[in-house]
Amino acid sequence: MTGMTFAEKVLAVKGGLDSTVPGQIVTVKVDRLLTHDNTAPVIAKISDELEKFGIADPDLHAVVLDHVIPAANEKTATNHQKVREYVKRHGITNFHDIGRGVCHQVMVEEGLALPGQLVVGSDSHTCSYGAANAFATGIDRTEAAAIILTGETWLKVPRTIRINLTRELPEMVTPKDLVLHIIGEIGAAGATYKAVEYHGDVDMLSFSDRFTISNMGVEMGAKIAAFLCDDVCKEYLSDHGISKDDYEEVWADDDAAYDSELEFDMSVRGPVIAAPHTVDNVSPVSRYEGTRIDQCFIGTCTNGRLDDLELAAEILKGEQVHKDCRLIFSPASSEVFLQALEKGIIGTLIDAGAVMIPPGCGPCLGAHQGILAPGERCLSTANRNFKGRMGCKEAEVYLASPLTVAASAIAGKIMDPRGDI
Amino acid sequence: MTIWAYGDSINTDQLFPGKYIYTCSTTEEILPHMLEDLDTEYASNVSEGDIILAGDNFGCGSSREHPVLGFKAVGLKAVVAKSFARIFYRAAINQGLLLIESPEAVEAYNDGDTVEVDAINGTIKVGEQEFSFPPLPAEVLAINEAGGLLPYVRKKLENSQ
Repeated sequence: MTGMTFAEKVLAVKGGLDSTVPGQIVTVKVDRLLTHDNTAPVIAKISDELEKFGIADPDLHAVVLDHVIPAANEKTATNHQKVREYVKRHGITNFHDIGRGVCHQVMVEEGLALPGQLVVGSDSHTCSYGAANAFATGIDRTEAAAIILTGETWLKVPRTIRINLTRELPEMVTPKDLVLHIIGEIGAAGATYKAVEYHGDVDMLSFSDRFTISNMGVEMGAKIAAFLCDDVCKEYLSDHGISKDDYEEVWADDDAAYDSELEFDMSVRGPVIAAPHTVDNVSPVSRYEGTRIDQCFIGTCTNGRLDDLELAAEILKGEQVHKDCRLIFSPASSEVFLQALEKGIIGTLIDAGAVMIPPGCGPCLGAHQGILAPGERCLSTANRNFKGRMGCKEAEVYLASPLTVAASAIAGKIMDPRGDI
Repeated sequence: MTIWAYGDSINTDQLFPGKYIYTCSTTEEILPHMLEDLDTEYASNVSEGDIILAGDNFGCGSSREHPVLGFKAVGLKAVVAKSFARIFYRAAINQGLLLIESPEAVEAYNDGDTVEVDAINGTIKVGEQEFSFPPLPAEVLAINEAGGLLPYVRKKLENSQ
């Protein structure tokens, strides 16, 4: 018998089976369910059932308010109010109110997505916790409602793509450039319904680097995008108060059977841009150099961590954001915010003329705090550049690394952060 | 009956713009914004029994149930695509909306062709050509037959009491 992939193993454990094979449908126990501002519409679907049957487990359901925070209008305020009432009434233990950060960042900082766990969330970027060796994937609101009541769901065992990363990224080239490059190669649907495992020289990547890469898994269609639990992962967890006894790591067998194997030499990569309106529309930054931009955004679950803000600050130190351009930034969490404050990063960015918005999703999904006007162009560290994504269908969104966004903010036009090379 | 034909990677922002997700939740609120940034003709002209035909990766992007609720409320017969993004696919199962993955049927379609779907026998006819599509797995079919995931779960919880 051949060995099992990471996905096959986790689904076997959570389904109470010895083994699983691709295509098999398994009823699984969920370790953690995430919902965010959409908790309100989720619980509205099951108001009668909540009264009659109660919730499956108060520790199962993690709730983080991050999408439209602080509330932008009466409707979103009422939503938040309903969420807080639900949390109190049902004794939800893992609730994080506005300002704590983007839900996915909060999940890992709070140890709510651990190695070997099966985590689902009614948000597509739930796949981020693959960085923490969790089997983590997005579901819809109705399924989240059902899981609140039952604590279980069904999953089809996916085939797995094994991606071998070799060598090391060059200076001024970030994991965001790497993952955009991979998506450009594989395509936006290239991993649909499949799991992605990252192997090779991953010890060159920090936990935050891996988070960025796992986060973008859904942009190639993947169900999960996972890394192993090594010293890098363990150190991050232990820094957040989680001991080795709190989790059981899982990883693929050496003789696991893969759908395909791909290799990416990290050392030959350069900075890239994903141009409108698909994430797989990826080219070297040089192709768009000189393109005028009206707004820059540094933040989100993809690139709003301490190292991202630090990279941006290194570029912006002593410089000014171009007079015809604005730079908005948002730390991914209150933890990141405090660390950045302590290191002087926030001051550097503000001195350069940037505007800070609270830790949360900000303008990424086009609801508030930086909506674009018709004809405007935004260069963003976020994960999607779909038409209308930032609130206006006549605007354009380009995606890049924090370094590229910072260098471009100074120039008021798209720039290679390496300067003239 | 109208066939609404679209290309590859139709994403959730095109199906239902993100700016409305916290201000629209009922079907009355959802329907006027359906496909707003993709096809301005759709919302005012779609009717019961219509079919959507699309390329690869239909419904990619966010976890967004609104478009599925919108399709279901208007009585769309089915979405036929070369492939679907996985969260959208699950959302459709959970609402009992028929999705048909049939690259052959999509390839065979030419402007003006009639499209007929027979969900019971698992066949789709495009013009004069007929294609079959596999039935849903038993576990998933049970959800569909219960009328969606929540009715299915409700029944299960009541039986276990």
